[in-house]
Amino acid sequence: MSDSRLVHAHQFDDAEQQRDAASLGMWIFLATEVMFFGGMFLGYTIYRSMYAEAFAAASNRIDLIPGVINTTILILSSFTMASAVYHAALGRGRALQISLLLTIVLGAAFLGIKLYEYHEKFEELLVPGALFSFPAPFSAAAEIFFSFYFAMTGMHAVHMIIGFGLLAKLLFDARRGRYSAGYYTPVELVGLYWHFVDIVWIFLFPLLYLLGRHL
Amino acid sequence: MWENLPLFPQQASTLAPRVDALYFFLILVSVFFAGLIFVLIFYFAVKYRRRSDADQPRAIEGSIPLEIVWTVVPFALTLVMFGWGAWLFAEIHTPPRDALEINVVGKQWMWKIQHPNGQQEINELHVPVGQAVKLLMTSEDVIHDFFVPAFRVKSDVLPGRYTQIWFHATKPGEYRFFCSQYCGTQHSGMIGRVIVMEIPDFQNWLSGGAAGVSTAQLGEKLFESLGCVSCHRPGGAVQAPSLAGLVGKPVKLEGGKTITADESYIRESILDPRAKIVAGYQPVMPSYKGSISEDGIMQIIAYLKTFNPQEGEARRP
Amino acid sequence: MNIPSAGPRRHYLNAGYGVRSWLLTTDHKRIAWLYLLSITFFFVIGGAFATLMRIELLTPQGDLVQAETYNRLFTMHGVTMIFFFLIPSIPAVLGNFLVPLMIGARDLAFPRLNLASWYVFILGGAFTLIAAAAGGVDTGWTFYTPYSSRYSNSQVVLTVVGIFITGFSSILTGLNFLVTIHKMRAPGMTWFRLPLFIWSHYATSIIFILGTPVIAITLVLVGLERIFSLGIFDPARGGDPLLFQHLFWFYSHPAVYIMILPAMGVVSEVIACFARKRIFGYSFVAFASLAIAVLGFLVWAHHMFVSGQSVYASMVFSLLSFFVAIPSAIKVFNWTATLYKGSIAFDAPMLYALGFIGLFTIGGLTGLFLATLGIDVHVHDTYFVIAHFHYIMVGGAVMGYLGGIHFWWPKMTGRTYPEGWAKLAALIVFVGFNLTFFPQFILGYLGMPRRYHAYPPEFQVLNVMSTAGASVLALGYLIPIIYLTWSLRYGRIAGTNPWMAKGLEWETHSQPHSANFDAQPIVREEAYAYSGEERGDLQPLGKPVDV
Repeated sequence: MSDSRLVHAHQFDDAEQQRDAASLGMWIFLATEVMFFGGMFLGYTIYRSMYAEAFAAASNRIDLIPGVINTTILILSSFTMASAVYHAALGRGRALQISLLLTIVLGAAFLGIKLYEYHEKFEELLVPGALFSFPAPFSAAAEIFFSFYFAMTGMHAVHMIIGFGLLAKLLFDARRGRYSAGYYTPVELVGLYWHFVDIVWIFLFPLLYLLGRHL
Repeated sequence: MWENLPLFPQQASTLAPRVDALYFFLILVSVFFAGLIFVLIFYFAVKYRRRSDADQPRAIEGSIPLEIVWTVVPFALTLVMFGWGAWLFAEIHTPPRDALEINVVGKQWMWKIQHPNGQQEINELHVPVGQAVKLLMTSEDVIHDFFVPAFRVKSDVLPGRYTQIWFHATKPGEYRFFCSQYCGTQHSGMIGRVIVMEIPDFQNWLSGGAAGVSTAQLGEKLFESLGCVSCHRPGGAVQAPSLAGLVGKPVKLEGGKTITADESYIRESILDPRAKIVAGYQPVMPSYKGSISEDGIMQIIAYLKTFNPQEGEARRP
Repeated sequence: MNIPSAGPRRHYLNAGYGVRSWLLTTDHKRIAWLYLLSITFFFVIGGAFATLMRIELLTPQGDLVQAETYNRLFTMHGVTMIFFFLIPSIPAVLGNFLVPLMIGARDLAFPRLNLASWYVFILGGAFTLIAAAAGGVDTGWTFYTPYSSRYSNSQVVLTVVGIFITGFSSILTGLNFLVTIHKMRAPGMTWFRLPLFIWSHYATSIIFILGTPVIAITLVLVGLERIFSLGIFDPARGGDPLLFQHLFWFYSHPAVYIMILPAMGVVSEVIACFARKRIFGYSFVAFASLAIAVLGFLVWAHHMFVSGQSVYASMVFSLLSFFVAIPSAIKVFNWTATLYKGSIAFDAPMLYALGFIGLFTIGGLTGLFLATLGIDVHVHDTYFVIAHFHYIMVGGAVMGYLGGIHFWWPKMTGRTYPEGWAKLAALIVFVGFNLTFFPQFILGYLGMPRRYHAYPPEFQVLNVMSTAGASVLALGYLIPIIYLTWSLRYGRIAGTNPWMAKGLEWETHSQPHSANFDAQPIVREEAYAYSGEERGDLQPLGKPVDV
């Protein structure tokens, strides 16, 4: 394994320290993200236990199919992301670029479907606020459900968009030959971030889409 | 104390001296420890002041026995504080069963008070001396707080549910009450007086008012005019749970849970009847949200509290 | 230590002039100055709000400003002081400057992230200032719903956006400190040789990381609720206002430990130096910092004893709140014991540190009153609480900050400040502070509620005393601003180590050069090796070392 990049930033003693520091930094950042989403999950959990029936009724109004497709897409994108890290570690520049591109495409598909879902909600008057409409007696609780739906999936989408930017930068740098078997830390770190965003979705999906459903 | 410079609030309830006793205990402990630290610092500062730049104190790593002592002793003291405070707190939250119940509704920026006999007041609360009084409180808008310093009690007053405080006034007189949860522009104007009277004076005051109709009677009127009576009576149009002696009784719900039918439960059942369905009944009761005021709900609750167990028994086929 | 004397030495302040070299710097020492100027600015603004409040409170009637204005004043005072002064103060100024120096590193782990954190802070501050200029917010810094989410006619959304943004500044700073301390300590700098200042910043950073995101999401939800008329926290729409309170206090209680732990770190450094002794019970003080950070996350609902939450919940939180007091007490005892058989000098930093111990002790003890359920019912939301937290945050944190500024001023600027004026100012601050806030304990027990624009006449004398004290306190703060600025130009040049203190920061030049050290430091001593303790010299606890 050739070390094609031994240069490190001036504050570090060597490349290994830099890599270690970057990795620890990303894990700590992900801890903050857990706390951030955690607040919403907590609120959701409390209201779900308070308004179980209403939440189930509201959840049943959400179309399952786009959700299932999106879940599949996202899990696939985590695979392509992991492939990207794998190829980077082996110094396979082209394979790395393809994996990154695939991840971006899958992520874009996810967001596209999400946009479609939001549009549907708008049409069905399920967007909380002045235009919200849900049959009694669950209207207030359903509005709370959908408030969490939009807040949580919206925040998730924001994080995916940020992930896009990161992936695009990675792809751009990969095309310029910046990564090699000796240096691919940014790919690893973005990978961590992307997997985290995926895991958040894996929790969101059953809580929002699958309440009270019977197979 | 001096009129212009009071330094300590009056003790006008049975609770006040007990809170003050705990307070003085904490002051004693605080003065002791703060004093100890201050004295030690002064003493060391003087005794060990630097005499020359060449001073070379010996290193002292520490002392485990000391660490243990000054961890365990304060800890033990805090446990005493906790226990004493928690015990008092439990009493603060346990109103006597025979307490006189008065309804309080807070709204920006005034207090509406209604006595059981229907007598209403604004920003004033007349109560008898020597008797437990319980305030059942709710808010029409934001969170407020009802605080009587001379009694040492307060509780937040919340929209959408009931909270309560109780006190047993010991001295006739007038005592201020304050809203003490910031609630908007006139928060500092949302104050009033508790007027504690000897019992005969209080009876006079009660009957001197224009009210001829008691709170419970107002509640009964509402019970009829809003149509509650059509279902919640023997042979009612639709099967509805019996309300006889309901208040304070355990109720078994659909799904197996059992809860106590307190004031908040009754309020919720009126405004959101499908939130908790009684076991064995259909969820057909309509919601009265928008059709009844907080005052009205409290009146119905007062009415329900008067139910004789023999009457109003819903017969189930 | 040899300081080469050929020509003016290049150091971090003269390595590049001009606006760009400052606004695009990645040098942690310059970023510390950027923060210092910014937070001083916000301190003045927050202080101006407080001044207007105290003047209004001279008379029982609300006759200086209207009620609406007063409500905005106390809200903006709280928001500015907490989010834009206290929380960043020591970590972003002294922490940024000293953490790399104290551990023997060339900079923090992520210098560009450090600069980003300052820009984020400024952006958040800008939003909040715009909100203030556009009328301000009147919900109290606690933003309780449904008042803040539905009823208030003020700039709630703009303000919560400002606070949300600034929160990321905290997160980035905490992240940087944690990684730096873990990964970039100089050879020989083991964990238990770290200065206690580093331990306390480590503990603070844990709170930054785990707590700040929760206030972020809480404020987002309040903002969304307000904009879209949602019902997440509004009982009229099925929501629960107590959920807001739980989420809010889950951060805002640990936040107070963010504000005090760094000051405690300063006090450890100053006491050790001016008693010329290793801190008594070093490892106990270090672990106490961690304990405070952890336990601090378990007590939040002690702000909610009268909120309508269950009696059992209140009892649990009351008990836990007593637990969290113990590590702080342990620190106070250990600092005091450090003075025993020390060699004590009374330079201004030491005066601030000793003042801290006194005032923090009082503040901390009054916290016990609030943790005690039976008493809290009476004093909750009264001036007793206000007095308690000002004793800790002003009598504690601000004095810690000032003590730290004075202590490391020579290192940061290469100049000394006029010691006589500094001692005088410290004394004035101490006296003014007590005059301002001690009467408020009495007012609180008497029953004067907080956030009151007008009050019953029997409370006036104590309020007048408090305002009089505040004017003394203000003078005490003004004096250092003047002589510290003066000293930048006219102060006596400082040597490398004017205090003869121990610590890696004192072994490099005053006004260190950009990479901090001439050569990689290697640590062979314990912390606070004032008696020259080398590795392995320290005997087990209880036995003094024979040097």
